[in-house]
Amino acid sequence: MTVPRRITKETTRLISEPVPGIVAVPFEHNARYFQVSMCGPKDSPFEGGSFKLELSLPEDYPMAPPIVRFLTKIYHPNVGKMGRIRLDILKDKWSPALQMQTVLLSIQALLSAPNPDDPLQNDIAQIWKDDEELAIKTAIEWTRKYACGD
Amino acid sequence: MDSDDDYFEAEDESSLVEDEGRVSDDEGFLGDTMIVPDDPLGSGSKEEDVYPFVCLSAEQIVELMLEILNEVNDIVNIPHTTLRILLAHFNWDKELLLEKYYEYDGNPEQIFKDAHVISPFKLKSTCKTKGQSSRTDAECEICCSSYSRSFMTGLNCGHIFCKGCWSQYLRTKIMDEGMSQTIPCPAYKCEIIVDDEIVMCLISEKKVRMKYQHLMSNSFVECNSLLKWCPAPDCHHVIKVEYRDRQPVKCQCGRVFCFECSESWHDPVLCLHLKKWLKKCDDDSETSNWISANTKECPKCQVTIEKDGGCNHVICRSQTCKHEFCWVCLGPWDPHGASWYNCNRYNADDAKKARDVQQRSREMLQRYLFYCNRYMNHLQSLKFESKLYALVKRKMEEMQQLNMSWIEVQFLKKAVDVLCECRQTLMYTYVFAFFLNRNNQLLIFEDNQADMEKATETLSEYLERDITTASIREIKQKVQDKYRYCDSRRNVLLNHVHEGYDKDWWDYLDL
Repeated sequence: MTVPRRITKETTRLISEPVPGIVAVPFEHNARYFQVSMCGPKDSPFEGGSFKLELSLPEDYPMAPPIVRFLTKIYHPNVGKMGRIRLDILKDKWSPALQMQTVLLSIQALLSAPNPDDPLQNDIAQIWKDDEELAIKTAIEWTRKYACGD
Repeated sequence: MDSDDDYFEAEDESSLVEDEGRVSDDEGFLGDTMIVPDDPLGSGSKEEDVYPFVCLSAEQIVELMLEILNEVNDIVNIPHTTLRILLAHFNWDKELLLEKYYEYDGNPEQIFKDAHVISPFKLKSTCKTKGQSSRTDAECEICCSSYSRSFMTGLNCGHIFCKGCWSQYLRTKIMDEGMSQTIPCPAYKCEIIVDDEIVMCLISEKKVRMKYQHLMSNSFVECNSLLKWCPAPDCHHVIKVEYRDRQPVKCQCGRVFCFECSESWHDPVLCLHLKKWLKKCDDDSETSNWISANTKECPKCQVTIEKDGGCNHVICRSQTCKHEFCWVCLGPWDPHGASWYNCNRYNADDAKKARDVQQRSREMLQRYLFYCNRYMNHLQSLKFESKLYALVKRKMEEMQQLNMSWIEVQFLKKAVDVLCECRQTLMYTYVFAFFLNRNNQLLIFEDNQADMEKATETLSEYLERDITTASIREIKQKVQDKYRYCDSRRNVLLNHVHEGYDKDWWDYLDL
């Protein structure tokens, strides 16, 4: 299967000019599948954690958005139990002019700024709204417990 | 075809009077049908005027769109492509568009912004700034390849992409996402809408072009309350009316449907009730039969219980209930325990209360099943319609062999037409009655219904009979009399219901 020029180019760029805090490595046998590790942004409850994600490019990429999912457990109102991410550019606001890098940056930004008004996990969002301190405390705990291993 | 029928009715009107002595109030009606030759069912109610409508083909819808475009363009004078997007934005309500357009005092910029188009008045200043750069090649942001400028294109927002990516993008939006009037520029966060001209220019594949045009027409029809797609499968015609109403319209394909709700024409029942009814039938017609025969409700929490064996001491399994009762008398089990199975105390208050509740819910079910069975019965008969037409066609041929002329045997076809119409009406009369409380007008209605049903069944029976040379004239007379009678009874019934709607006779149940 040939890989479209765009994917090759993007991959080269991801590797040659990586964004600080994000490493994306294509799978050896599948150029459309990437293993990503993302550092929790500074001044967020996820600081110090290293989160694993998977990213795969569907057949009709870039017309259709990449599929991204957290593999590391994370306490965040916009991330589902199965790691699904609620982010507009991964759904209806996707534009073929966007790239993997922009997507990953947006996810990192989402970690800095959780949006409990548009949640994927209602219970977490509620706590985030009612008692932000507790929510942040839990998020820090989870980060330490699940994202600070080797 | 309608005029033919009317000719027969006119010719034979006198014979009606002989039939079964119930004609006095019907006579006037037939006269009226003749004045209303375009009524798709040949039987509108007598006071009402003809409901005006036309059937449009796919091409005519496009023409209609163009007509509106031109009409508005005469006033505002902006490019067609932009205007089309504006009109779509206002759901093709041209008055609203014009009103808003001039509301801003000759400065309609806000409208262009809301509709996600670049204002044609600003165009000269913003457009092509990108195109002016001197490099001959440019990189397409989507596929990351470089192309000569001539192979790159874009909307007035200035974002350009290569034609290959453009057409693939449009294809995805049209074929996979079913978008037409709302496809935005592919650039991130750019909301400028792609116009039809550029789509037609960039898409060469016939299938995609067709789909695009269909989607355009579809959104035009959907947002125009005076237009309705014919609901028949694979029919691409549209009915256009002059005002919206609950009226029958007939498509070129032959389908007669209610303009208001798009269901088959369902006089006398209202759209609202028909919808409720159809939903109810979908939900529980088969299941409720079984429930009725095999279960009882827990007298305390009303959960439905099936007893599939064991003794009559039943403990409700519902986690929050756990009520213990006797399956036979539905009273509490406690008094039974002392001397086993002692529910001969018929008037024990608790048991009676429980049975009352039970009975009420059974009655509701029985009532529904009563109407449902009758409705289904007519529906089933209607399904054999095509078979019946074939049978009658054969008979008509037979009769022509027996020295009858073509025109003389047409009465048989007409009889089947009437039979089908009557069955359809009868079918919906049961839905109508299902939603009504008993009152005197309902009794009159039920008399009408019974009379019409009896006549319809007799007509149906006549049509099944064999025809012999000896009986042929006699049969013709009988069949003709009967279908005229059926038709007139049908009109009496419908007029009575309509009158009731006008005069608020009907007392609806809260179901």
